[in-house]
Parts: sequence; structure tokens; C-alpha cells
Amino acid sequence: MNAVMAELWPYLVLVLVGFLPNEIWRLLGLVLARGLNEDSEIVVWSRAVATAILAGVIAKLILFSSGALATIPLPVRVAAAVCGFLAYLVMRRSVFVGVAVGEAALLLGGFLFSH
Amino acid sequence: MPAPNTFTSSTAAFFGGVKSAVTSVFFLVLMGTYIGIGALAHDFGLASWWLALSSMLIWAAPAQVILISALGAGASLFEVAIAVTLSAIRLFPMVVALLPLLRGQGTRLRDLLLPTHFTSVSMWVESLRLLPAMPQQWRIAFCNGLSVGYMGTAVVFGFAGYYLAAGLPPLFAGTLLFLTPMSFLISTARNAHMMVDRLALVLGLVLGPVLTAMQVQLDLMWTGVVGGTLAYAVHRLREAAR
Repeated sequence: MNAVMAELWPYLVLVLVGFLPNEIWRLLGLVLARGLNEDSEIVVWSRAVATAILAGVIAKLILFSSGALATIPLPVRVAAAVCGFLAYLVMRRSVFVGVAVGEAALLLGGFLFSH
Repeated sequence: MPAPNTFTSSTAAFFGGVKSAVTSVFFLVLMGTYIGIGALAHDFGLASWWLALSSMLIWAAPAQVILISALGAGASLFEVAIAVTLSAIRLFPMVVALLPLLRGQGTRLRDLLLPTHFTSVSMWVESLRLLPAMPQQWRIAFCNGLSVGYMGTAVVFGFAGYYLAAGLPPLFAGTLLFLTPMSFLISTARNAHMMVDRLALVLGLVLGPVLTAMQVQLDLMWTGVVGGTLAYAVHRLREAAR
């Protein structure tokens, strides 16, 4: 029984803290689908909150890396992210160029400075 | 590409949607994104089928990244649920904007359940672009096909990233792991059309690590609420000053 629970636990967690808190907003949209436009104040605020959370997660993934990424030194990770972002700004806002340059910078820096 | 609006059956419309998905620019975006998320799931010790199921049930890359990294870092389940739900509010206005395009005379609520679940940035942008030129009767089937195409792409490349990260030497596995923060940083900046969004991005980048370093409880929630509300307050003040 305990072994079964241990197998199923990650999937229960997925449904309870991943699926349900995410899906509730889609279902509310289905039930309350009446005029709410992209510029309404509550939408602007909620988009700002979501953007800030995602940005926080992005910064944490770069600064407090784990696993294989942690074998590449912190200054290299930060410099690669900055290079990628600058390349995106310079190359007419191309997401592809930005990601490619950031990845190349990380690979080069990691190759030179990894321990 | 002109909108394919000359379907003869729902099945044809569905496969028209699938074809539209795998030939659109979002195919490449999803490929890169989910290779990165696959590597992330491997890094945090989750099963590959768990990841596949999360792609199908959650179907929102930001929420998945938040869920995987927060669970992996040992956050409390309550905190994870709050962070996921705060990241998902944006889905609400997207569904509200999409459904009027799908709803016609005689459309039943249950016909709209799948498109509602499938609503995500990629499908939403393409639906709003392609559906208006299409006869109403084919729209739901096309929309479902489009979404199945995108979701299939995400699941397949999630597995690819997962097993690549498992088999590659650390430097290359690290490069795969870097895909998630790098691509999300740039795509979030690209989606930030208004000043309020750019400010929220910068505040989140600063507040996230600072609150973590200070070991604040529920740090992700506070990053979102404090950073987002500050950005919004500045936006209102600027509007008032005009």
C-alpha cells in the first residue's frame, strides 16, 4: 500500500498543485465569458503579477542553478544570459538569435571555465 | 499562408488544424521550450511520464516551469499552488476572448470544453489570426486539431529533452537546462508590449533572487504580488500624470 502511494504521490501532487490551480482560470473564462477586454485594469494587473513571478523563476534558475547547470560557474551563466539578451535587442528582436547567442556564450564560457 | 477555409468535413478541419500547427512558427518555439523543460524535469528528478502528463493537463509552459522548479527546490505544496495559480490568471481573459469566435448557433457547452482546456499562448494567437476567415461550422474542429498538433509537439520534445539531458555530458546537459531561463527571459521581454509589463519583468528578476536569499516564506508569491503591484502602481501614476 505504501509503495503504491509512493508511486502515485507525484501524480496526485501534479493534479492538486499543478492542474487544478491552473485550470480553474480557464473554466472561469468558460463560465463567465462576457466582455472583459485585454486593456481592463484587472487584466493589466494580473498580467504584471504573472510576469513578475515568471521573471523571479527565470532569475532563480540562472543564479541558483542545480544539477548540470551548476557545474558551469555563476559569472559564466549571468554573462551568457546578458549576451543572449543583448543579441536579441540588437538583432531586431529575434528570439531565435537571442537564445542561440546565449547558448553559444554559455557553451564557450563553460568549456573555458568549468571545473 | 491563406486560411484553409474550404473543408468538407469536421475530420478534414481537424487535420487542417494539425497541419497548420506543425507548419507554424510556434512549432519551433514549442520544440525549444519543451526540450528545455524536459531537461529541467530530469534535473529535478521527476519521471518522464510525469512530465508528459503535466504537458497534457497543465498545458502552460510557464506554470510547468514554476511547478517543476518549485517542487524540485522543496517548496511547500501550498506555495507551489499559489505560484501556479497566480501565473495562470492570464488564461482567463484569453478564454473569454476566444470563445465568441467558436460559439455559433447550436453550439453546446460541452463542445467548448476541449478548446477551453487547450487555450494557451500558441493556440490562442493562431486561432485569433486564422479563425475569423473560416466558416463557423469548422472552427471548433480546426481549433482542436491545431491544439493537438501543438500539444503533441510539446510532449514529444519534452521526452527528447528529458533523455538528452540524461545521456549528455554535464556541459551539454547544462546547456539544455539553460534553454528554459534563456528562452523565457527573451520571450517574456518580447511579449512585454506595455511599460507596466517591462517593469514587472525587471522587478521580478530582482525580487525573486533577493527574497530567496533572504529566505522569505512564499517567496514566489511575494515576488509576483509585490513586483506586479508595484509595476501596476507606477503605470497608474503615469496614466494619472498625463
